[in-house]
Amino acid sequence: MLQAHPHAATEHLVEDVSAQLAAGMPNSCPVEFLASATRMLLSRSCGKCVPCRVGLRALFDLLDAISSFKATEREHALLRATAQLVVETADCAIGVQAAQLVLDGLHTFAADFTSHIEQKVCCDSFQVAVPCVAECPAQVDVPGYIALISVGRYDDAVQLIRKDNPLPVACGLICEHPCEAHCRRGLQDDALNIRGLKRYATVHATTDELPPAAEPTGKTVGIVGGGPAGLTAAHYLRLMGHSVTIFERHEHLGGMLRYGIPSYRLPQEELDRETSLITTGITVKTGVAVGADIDFKELRERFDVVYIANGAQLDKRLGIPGEDAPGVMSAIELLRRNASGDSPDFSGKRVAVVGGGNVAMDAARTAVRLGARAVDIVYRRRQADMTALPVEIEGAIAEGCFLAELYAPIAVETDAQGAVSGLKVAPQIIGAIKDRRAQPRNADTQPVTLHCDIVIVAIGQSIDLSAFESAALPSKWGALIADGHGIIKGHAGIFAGGECVTGPSSAIKAIAAGKAAAAAIDGYLGYKHRISTSLEIPDTIPLEQSTARVSARERSSSDRRSDFKALEITLSTEEAYQESSRCLRCDKHGLGSFEGGRNLSW
Amino acid sequence: MVNITIDDINADVPENYTILNAAKKLGIEVPTLCFLKELNEVAACRICMVEIEGYNRLSAACNTPVFEGMVVKTHSPRVRKARKANLELILSQHNTACTTCVRSENCSLQTLTKKYNLTETPYRQHVANVIWPQTSPLIRDADKCVSCLRCINVCRTIQGLGVWGLEGVGTRTHVGLSEGRDIFETDCTYCSQCVTHCPVGALHERNDVETVLGFIDDPTLTTVVQVAPAVRTSWAEMLGIPADETSIGYLADALRKVGFTYVFDTSFSADVTIMEEGSELVSRLGNPEATLPMFTSCCPGWIRFVKSQYPQLLPHISTTKSPQQIFGELTKTYLAQKNGLDPAKVRCISIMPCVSKKDEAANTPFVLDPTELEVDAVLTTRELPRLLAAASVDVERLESKGFDDPLGEASGAGFIFGATGGVMEAALRSAYFLVEGTNPDPDAFKAIRGLRGWREGSFTVGGTELKIAIAHGLENARELIEAVLAGTVNYHFIEIMTCPGGCVGGGGQPIIDGKELAEGRAKKLYAEDASVALRFSHENQSVLKAYEEYLEAPFSHKAEHLLHIEYGELLEQCGAKGEDR
Repeated sequence: MLQAHPHAATEHLVEDVSAQLAAGMPNSCPVEFLASATRMLLSRSCGKCVPCRVGLRALFDLLDAISSFKATEREHALLRATAQLVVETADCAIGVQAAQLVLDGLHTFAADFTSHIEQKVCCDSFQVAVPCVAECPAQVDVPGYIALISVGRYDDAVQLIRKDNPLPVACGLICEHPCEAHCRRGLQDDALNIRGLKRYATVHATTDELPPAAEPTGKTVGIVGGGPAGLTAAHYLRLMGHSVTIFERHEHLGGMLRYGIPSYRLPQEELDRETSLITTGITVKTGVAVGADIDFKELRERFDVVYIANGAQLDKRLGIPGEDAPGVMSAIELLRRNASGDSPDFSGKRVAVVGGGNVAMDAARTAVRLGARAVDIVYRRRQADMTALPVEIEGAIAEGCFLAELYAPIAVETDAQGAVSGLKVAPQIIGAIKDRRAQPRNADTQPVTLHCDIVIVAIGQSIDLSAFESAALPSKWGALIADGHGIIKGHAGIFAGGECVTGPSSAIKAIAAGKAAAAAIDGYLGYKHRISTSLEIPDTIPLEQSTARVSARERSSSDRRSDFKALEITLSTEEAYQESSRCLRCDKHGLGSFEGGRNLSW
Repeated sequence: MVNITIDDINADVPENYTILNAAKKLGIEVPTLCFLKELNEVAACRICMVEIEGYNRLSAACNTPVFEGMVVKTHSPRVRKARKANLELILSQHNTACTTCVRSENCSLQTLTKKYNLTETPYRQHVANVIWPQTSPLIRDADKCVSCLRCINVCRTIQGLGVWGLEGVGTRTHVGLSEGRDIFETDCTYCSQCVTHCPVGALHERNDVETVLGFIDDPTLTTVVQVAPAVRTSWAEMLGIPADETSIGYLADALRKVGFTYVFDTSFSADVTIMEEGSELVSRLGNPEATLPMFTSCCPGWIRFVKSQYPQLLPHISTTKSPQQIFGELTKTYLAQKNGLDPAKVRCISIMPCVSKKDEAANTPFVLDPTELEVDAVLTTRELPRLLAAASVDVERLESKGFDDPLGEASGAGFIFGATGGVMEAALRSAYFLVEGTNPDPDAFKAIRGLRGWREGSFTVGGTELKIAIAHGLENARELIEAVLAGTVNYHFIEIMTCPGGCVGGGGQPIIDGKELAEGRAKKLYAEDASVALRFSHENQSVLKAYEEYLEAPFSHKAEHLLHIEYGELLEQCGAKGEDR
């Protein structure tokens, strides 16, 4: 009798193991992990050909000996030769690919192999106590605030977040939530919806107050740029007792949070409330562009310290014919105008957005809301290769955007009046995989024209360093060179951080940069102020039953596509309670209970 | 409060309790291995597993909070099996050579093994094989470590040092000297709080009993034993002797039966220390150029701490040697001269509550013959029963006998050296006399006693205010020092003891797992001080006689030569880490 799913149980095991491997922190010794992986893969051998059946077993034995410090250079060389042999002589991909992992590992982890063989030590081993905290660039105490949410202490939850991140309202809506990537709950069912819970806490907090600032130090700090990095640094420096002035080029604070992120994702009034709270006691000079309105040199002289956090807000251009035609604009320009109340009218227009990142999705969805009749997202690779978050791509599609995959723009076509009439694109074929990414190349067909009235270019941003030329600050690839503390080597008193150092990145990374810079600047000024909390975190027992992750709902696409009101619907109390009870409390279990689980101050 | 039921007993308990706290309150015993209240609550060993109604998995009692309506079973068949299986796993990585283990009969793992009826284990043995330098005063047998992690947390929390750490990753994770160093490369003070908090025999002192027996067995040698003040409070704890036969007189009898030529009291040299250190303090206070505050110098763990952590403070350390070393020096000079002994044929042995004293002895040469040591061997209080057993001393037939003369007489001030604050109090009693010319009430400085980690006091002596401070536990000491360096506090004289509670809580003292015994032992010292007539070091007639016959006067040229040491110079002699000679 034919069995429908003879291997169904094994398939489940494979799924579960894959999910556990993906959810766990990749913090094991690479040599030991490679040995374990080889041991697992050799069980897949069909057993016919010698290199796979015998060779993979031999590879495992050698890796096991090396990982337990029982091997010499002889075994190391034998491992390489045997892996090479299996790759070259195994009869099918089972042996070839398993052995290829070993060969690749020998290359990638060469230093680890050497240390295991020569020094008999495991190099660079690290232990992660609380994965979400470790993965959050700003080290926000995630299990702490989730525990507070689960007992209904929303004000305290927000206060706890504010110890490490002064923008919980914004982050509750738009954070890329790297904290969720290796959430240990994912080993059991799914990662917690950490961002959704943060949002819930900020919505339900009844009072939101800042802790008192330290005694005034009389020291002054000037900050260039009122985006997340600048705001964060300003906020903590103020709490440390320093006198802070922010210089913001635009009319309002927020940087890319305001001028880059559309208000359907982050409502402007919520951002305003947050920025006005955290800039209490800070001098804010908006509409003042450093470079144009005030010389950087003068700024440097006026302040004990200057922190540069002016972001990455210059447009990158396609460099194709017709790009200067009216009707071609950058995504940044579109989003900025829209945020400034100067939205273009796209009623009845056909819009082509070039790019596959989050900014392209924001521009496309903004175009929909500005009345566009049709929006094409033109990308030279495939949807799967887009760098935008899947949820953003899905949102754009749901709102009626069309993905024009595998088209590379080659010219903007114009009509007799010089207005945009179409985007000429070269069809692409997806091909070789290099550096883990599929490469497109021109397909063997003729270019085609995508008819449109507006072309929006969203292929990345660069950094405007013109204001700092006189200071001769070090830079590379168009970005300032500063270390993780914002320190610029050889330029005492000048610090830099956020996207002007990293290039386009995420809000939470900019916040982390601002926080690190605040600590470094405080130290530079001769202080050791601590930002701390005295909140007691309740003990809770994790929900034992495997339970699915609750995601926030969104307003229906037909409803939301005509306005800029928030599209995400905050978790209900029932949802938030269930979600928070799934937290495994890694601060209290595993290594967390050994390491104390949390940093009460920084 | 929340209402819970444990093993059918219903009760209200505070809501911040764990199941373990609650069970304890209800008189229900839940076995633990790694748990150490407030010091190590890491839930690593999984011995304290219990069943909670409505939960499929078992929970660790030590880190599971109680909740309203919770129903717990601590002795179900499932729980018993789980505890037994986890014990079997622990034993598969434990060297079970119990016959040669110093903790046999005093081992939490052994107790559990008996309790859970384990006479064999089903798993293949994987015991660690790590080479440890056997010359170190502190020895770690990795093959006995159960990875409870107590040593790591004790070193970090109490001593603020982090000598121990977690090494390796994944299932190879183990306790080791952080960064893979050897013990001589670390900042270890040999305080051995890790030893007294180890549930098994993975950490212990170097066994020097054979060395001492070798001295006794050599008929050409004169053996002189000194007993530290704190030892009198604890020596009988592991011997099963009736409480009324544990006074120091019985120990003196036992040591005489071991075969030592002379049996003396380190409290005598504690009195000498006070004469020297008190004079040094009075002289520093009278000299505007002098380095202040002055720190005490009697604790070798503290000296090692200063060398590695705050070398800039070495000039602040009193130059007076510790009582152990003063005793050794006087044995080979004053006693040898008085009794016509050849110093080269005298061996000074000390019984100490301390492992670090082994290091101090090995690093302090005899002043008159630097090829010899002042103190030749140091046994901890824990090694004492082994010495008595090896010498076939029947501890049930001891009589209370006094110490020998002349280094056997001691004041109550000397006794209290064994407790935190005791050195300070003894010094204040005599410093007051030195300045005022009259004795204070011996209990005048009682306010500085206690167990708070950092205490301070202010006394008017000779019309001026003397500000003093006391810290015990090196993390507390660090806090105090940082405040001194930052200028936020200001003292003239500071006593530091490495171990919590002082020497009574020393790393060489007997161990009862899970119990902190320092407080009870300190009470005994203060009671003994209160019960004797002689309460001032400067009234110890034997001490005064030693000055008259040999040392001339406190701080005299001769006394300075023999009884003082520049710790800064010692630093250069021994290298920054004070490696063994």
